[in-house]
Amino acid sequence: MSTKHPHESGHKLIAGATGDWEIVIGLEVHAQVSSKAKLFSGANTEYGAEPNSQVSLVDAAMPGMLPVINRYCVQQAVRTGLGLKAKINTISVFDRKNYFYPDLPQGYQISQFKFPIVGEGEVTVDLADGETVKVRIERLHLEQDAGKSIHDLHPDLSFVDLNRSGVALMEIVSMPDMRSSLEAAAYVRKVRAIVRYLGTCDGNMEQGSMRADVNVSVRRPGEPLGTRCEIKNVNSIRFMSQAIEYEARRQIDIIEEGGVIKQETRQFDSKTSTTSAMRSKEEAHDYRYFPDPDLLPLELDEQWIEKIKATLPELPDEKKSRFMSDYGLSAYDAGVLVAEKDRAAFFERVAIGRDSKLASNWVTGEFFGALNKAGLNIENSPISANQLGKLIDLISDKTVSGRIAKQVFEIMFEFGGDPAQIIEKKGLKQVTDLTAIELEIDKVIAAHPGKVAQVKDKPKMMGWFVGQVMQSTGGKANPQAVNQLLRKKLGLG
Amino acid sequence: MSVNKDTVRKIAHLARIAEPEERLEPLARELSTIIDWVEQLDEVETEDVPPMTSTVAIKLPLRDDVVTDGGYPEDIVANAPGSQDQFFTVPKVLE
Repeated sequence: MSTKHPHESGHKLIAGATGDWEIVIGLEVHAQVSSKAKLFSGANTEYGAEPNSQVSLVDAAMPGMLPVINRYCVQQAVRTGLGLKAKINTISVFDRKNYFYPDLPQGYQISQFKFPIVGEGEVTVDLADGETVKVRIERLHLEQDAGKSIHDLHPDLSFVDLNRSGVALMEIVSMPDMRSSLEAAAYVRKVRAIVRYLGTCDGNMEQGSMRADVNVSVRRPGEPLGTRCEIKNVNSIRFMSQAIEYEARRQIDIIEEGGVIKQETRQFDSKTSTTSAMRSKEEAHDYRYFPDPDLLPLELDEQWIEKIKATLPELPDEKKSRFMSDYGLSAYDAGVLVAEKDRAAFFERVAIGRDSKLASNWVTGEFFGALNKAGLNIENSPISANQLGKLIDLISDKTVSGRIAKQVFEIMFEFGGDPAQIIEKKGLKQVTDLTAIELEIDKVIAAHPGKVAQVKDKPKMMGWFVGQVMQSTGGKANPQAVNQLLRKKLGLG
Repeated sequence: MSVNKDTVRKIAHLARIAEPEERLEPLARELSTIIDWVEQLDEVETEDVPPMTSTVAIKLPLRDDVVTDGGYPEDIVANAPGSQDQFFTVPKVLE
């Protein structure tokens, strides 16, 4: 395992007509704080409610309404900042970001501009090959979400639902440290894992509790940063990868044909996997930030921050190194297991007190494979950690061979049940009775005198004999016992 | 600092205030006068003075994470120029 610094990771170049190009990606991840009530009002944040039923007069921006900040949201932002190994700012300021849009009733978004609650941090991103890349965090700030506009309910009208208006978001801004769509995808997965471990955001991209604005530019390797385009509101990791690939290619084509990249906001169309320009008017970006006069600066107490720090759970990086040292797992296996908190917990319940290598192979191999195939996750898994553990015990004490255990696993996965009972009922118990095995071996030897003569010169033929005996015992014979007895009987020592 | 006609046109647009062309010049003069007046404060040395955020020494009040509000969609849309099925309706927004 090696760690690369951001400026050294220019190894994923893409070819253009006139030479190689490097993609440079920075991400703004919007993560909804898992709070019951909104950032500045007491309205509910639950997903999927009737239109405008979770809106207070503050969220609807009725005249004279004043925002009062939710302490829990502040705490979650600090917790997330600590999880991102970032500096917590004891004084931060809320600003108004001014723009007009029908789903923004105030005419401004309360956000943090100059003085965010969390400053610079760092995320270690795990790549598929077991390597890691560091991505620097520029800042994390608290802000309000806007409402939702629906454009397809009426031919001439847009419908506006303000249920999301005022919901607390953490905007996590990275430095432009990613060099491929794979790195960007791995970064979002890691940030999602961290907030899920912390419990500060549910990371559910389908319901919009996590989404990303993606900044993409291209340059010749070693040259200064190119002009970037920002792709707004990408709500799945797959779409993000597609958007980056398309956007990079689009920019390279423009430059190679002698054109210039215009800095602009673009949107991704998931049907065509392309991006297109959104707003071109320059003044749309003139947000005229100024401190919100309705809110005093947010002052945090050092001791309060320390108290939050003391409650942080074991985070993915720490868990990964512990899995490697305590259970002897490879960086890859440990990475796969810790990527999701409940997967890691499941593995530990299976592994404790058992052969951890065997446990890891079964959890990451057979078990995750079956879950993926069935489109299930740990929560609705038909097999509990306890049941899988029992099956592994039965392999370890040689009640069943690994091969038979896979059959038992399939039965458990489909119909449920206790592995010991399944083995008993189906008569899958491994034959360890040497006389019974010997009997089968004698039968095979008697039936194939020609092969017996050959095996003395070609010891590799042993495998064929083992196969025959296993077959005649329905795979239930203990493979080691078969091997030993066969060698003796065939005079191979 | 002096505000010119172009700046007035731009901020009027940003604020979605319609100002006829002939009003821009007088507005630029008025706004410049206001800014010049406030700019007198620049004469005061404030290098080591932290910005004053409140006239009284109070801290930002914080509330608990409890749902205490909402549940009245009819009231929310009651004064809207357009509404349907508890939604606000606005002229179609196309990006």
